[in-house]
Formats: sequence, structure tokens, C-alpha cells
Amino acid sequence: MMSEQTPSQTVGPYFAYGLAAQQYHYPHGQIVDGEIVGEGTDTRIRIVGRVLDGLGEPIPDALIEFWQADSEGRYGAERFGGFGRQGTGTDPNGRFVFDTIKPGAAAGAAPFVTIVVFMRGLLSHVYTRLYFADEEAANAADPVLATVPAERRRTLIASRETSDGRFQYRFDIHMQGGNETVFFDL
Amino acid sequence: MINAPVSKRDWESHPPLIHPPYTSTVLRGPTKPLIPLAHGLAESTGPVYGHESVQALDGDLTRNARRNGEPLGERIVVTGRVLDEDGRPVRNTLIEIWQANAAGRYVHKTDQHEAPLDPNFLGAGRCVTNDEGAYKFYTIKPGAYPWGNHFNAWRPNHIHLSLFGNTIASRLVTQMYFPGDPLLALDPIYLGVPEGARERLISRFSIDVTEPDFCLGYVFDIVLRGRGETPFEGRK
Repeated sequence: MMSEQTPSQTVGPYFAYGLAAQQYHYPHGQIVDGEIVGEGTDTRIRIVGRVLDGLGEPIPDALIEFWQADSEGRYGAERFGGFGRQGTGTDPNGRFVFDTIKPGAAAGAAPFVTIVVFMRGLLSHVYTRLYFADEEAANAADPVLATVPAERRRTLIASRETSDGRFQYRFDIHMQGGNETVFFDL
Repeated sequence: MINAPVSKRDWESHPPLIHPPYTSTVLRGPTKPLIPLAHGLAESTGPVYGHESVQALDGDLTRNARRNGEPLGERIVVTGRVLDEDGRPVRNTLIEIWQANAAGRYVHKTDQHEAPLDPNFLGAGRCVTNDEGAYKFYTIKPGAYPWGNHFNAWRPNHIHLSLFGNTIASRLVTQMYFPGDPLLALDPIYLGVPEGARERLISRFSIDVTEPDFCLGYVFDIVLRGRGETPFEGRK
């Protein structure tokens, strides 16, 4: 029997104690946070970013989810869940912070992270992809990046930066404006 | 687990990214068309949270935050099945739930509505579907509450639900409403859904699900994206 999809609705302003309770210090469990891998992993990388509205203002009530492969390009591997979730409401600068590893890539494709974006004011969630600035050759060959108009590809590339002497990747998500991030219909 | 790629997101069913009557969408919804993405491994897999991710009281919001008594309000049970578009049950999948209390107040720190908090009610829970795709949780019927979208704006009674389904592409966050709520016709979030699809968000009262001398029963079935017809190949 065919049935029709249940419509999406916004996550609203009050998701924190339901979906990210520990991050926001509510007395409820949380299935996952921004620490996709722990401190013991030598290949750990940090990815930070803000979510910006049409006026360029940081959005303090967005919820960001990461879905990615392990270093061998495998999804849902036993020792690496590959899924993380963080709200932008606990960092003083409105950032999300994920500690993870760089995913492996399939032959002929660049490594990337699938990102799911939820917030008050977004009635249906959107998906984007994060690629890495230091994978220039792989990015140039990536078949999905190739479907994106050349002038907008940079919105999908996380840059390298140093913060407090520590290297990290930076990936700001622009909901609108001249730098509007590319979102995918997947 | 690798699954068959799922069908397209049906934009006849889901709200648009910008819906001006809901004013927050105006500066937050993307303005450029979404770029179609052919499904590969990343889109045909997803996080798996099943029975191991829930504890005994997670599915009973009337009991999971008690301090010194029972929460106030009308006790209800909400049950239904999670299916895909082809009618197949979505098994062993996590549902995360959050809602206001009976007075229309959220525990959330930024909720400024002057209605009382309930020391015995948090309003968050989780449950997992069984082999038939069925789920069930006990809670208190949430109250309506005012919000700042426009003058005298009130949200209808609702419960927020978050689901994963079989792949990251079947991810869904939605809201369940109650039958006969006069605020539905005035709510820009509900009205953001295309007209033909709105009623799918309204639960159904059921005397069969109602538990004698204990609580009223509501049924809310959820349909996630089904199987795609062209595995691993691009839609145009």
C-alpha cells in the first residue's frame, strides 16, 4: 500500500532539552553530542562553524547533525558511529564544535561530511556537505561538487584556521545572502 | 547497514523553506533552489539507534521526571506505527519527543511564557519502534501557548517528534497535533504545510487505545520516505 510522507515541521526554539539535553544542561539523556571521536584518537580533527541568517547574524538556536564515513570510507562501522549532533546555543560565539576524524573517500570522490540543519524558522530541514580545503585535487574531481555552479562551490569547503595555537577547520553555514551555502535535495 | 536508496522528498507534502506568514522563515530559509543529489553510500546509510538507546522510563513522560508526585494535567497515551511510503514497517528506530507541559510552558530556559513549570514534568522522552513499526508513549496533553509571531499568536497543542528511519535521507522532525483544535486554522507553522498534506499531522482520538480509568488514547501514524526507484543513479 502506498502512503504519503508525513510533513516536516520546524524543530522550534525549544528542542534543546529533547535532543541535546546534556549539552544544554537539562536533566535528560542525549544519544550523541559533538564529540564523534574521543581525545585518544591521534587523527582527531576539530570542525567549528556558525550558522548565519540573511542579515549575517549568528543563529543561536540551530541544531546541526554530522553524518560521515570512517577513515576507510565505511559508514556505520562498528567502532565508529559517524554521527554527531550539536546545538549552537551553548558556545558564547554561537558556534557548533565537532571533534571527529577526516572521513575516507570513495575512489574518484573527495572526502566529505553530510550535514543536516534544523532551526526555528526552518519548516523542513536542509542538507549540505562539508568538503576540506586541503583536498584540492580530490575536490576538483568530485562528481557531486561538479554539479554545483563553480562560483558557489566555495560555500561547501571548510577552510583551515588556527585558534589558540590549535589547528581546526572552519565551516560557516550561510542560510541566505551572497554567500548562501549550497543545500542539496537528497 | 546499507539500505536501498530512499525515494525523493515529496515537496507536495513538506512545507516550503520560506513561508512569510511564519516570520522567522524570512531570514532563515534558503532562497536558492536546492541542488539535486544522486544517492550514494552516504545517503543510503544512517545512524542506527535502537532498543539499546532507551531506558525503562524513557517512553513514559508522566514518570521520567517525577520529584515529589505526579505531573498535573490530562494523562494521555500516544501510539501509532512508523511506516515507509510502501507500507513497510520501520523497525527498531528511535523516536525522540519533546513538548510543553499542561499549562503550555516549556522547561527550556528561553521560554518566557508566564505559565507555571511542573516540578514533576520535564516533557522529553524517547521510544523505539517494534517489529511492526509500532511505538507508544505516555505523557500529559500539552497546553497551548502564546508566541511572538504576530499579535495574539498562539501555538496549537502539539508534541514534537524526531525520527531517523533507515537512512540519513529519511530523517524527519515533525509535530503532532490534536483533533478539533481551533488554533490549527490560525497557526502559520501548521498552515505552512501544503493544504492536501496538513491533516496527516493531526492525531486521531481512539476509544480503543484509551485505557479505562487511566488515560485518553491518540493514534498518530508516521510515514517516512520509501524505496527509491533508481538505486545509485542520478535523478536529473
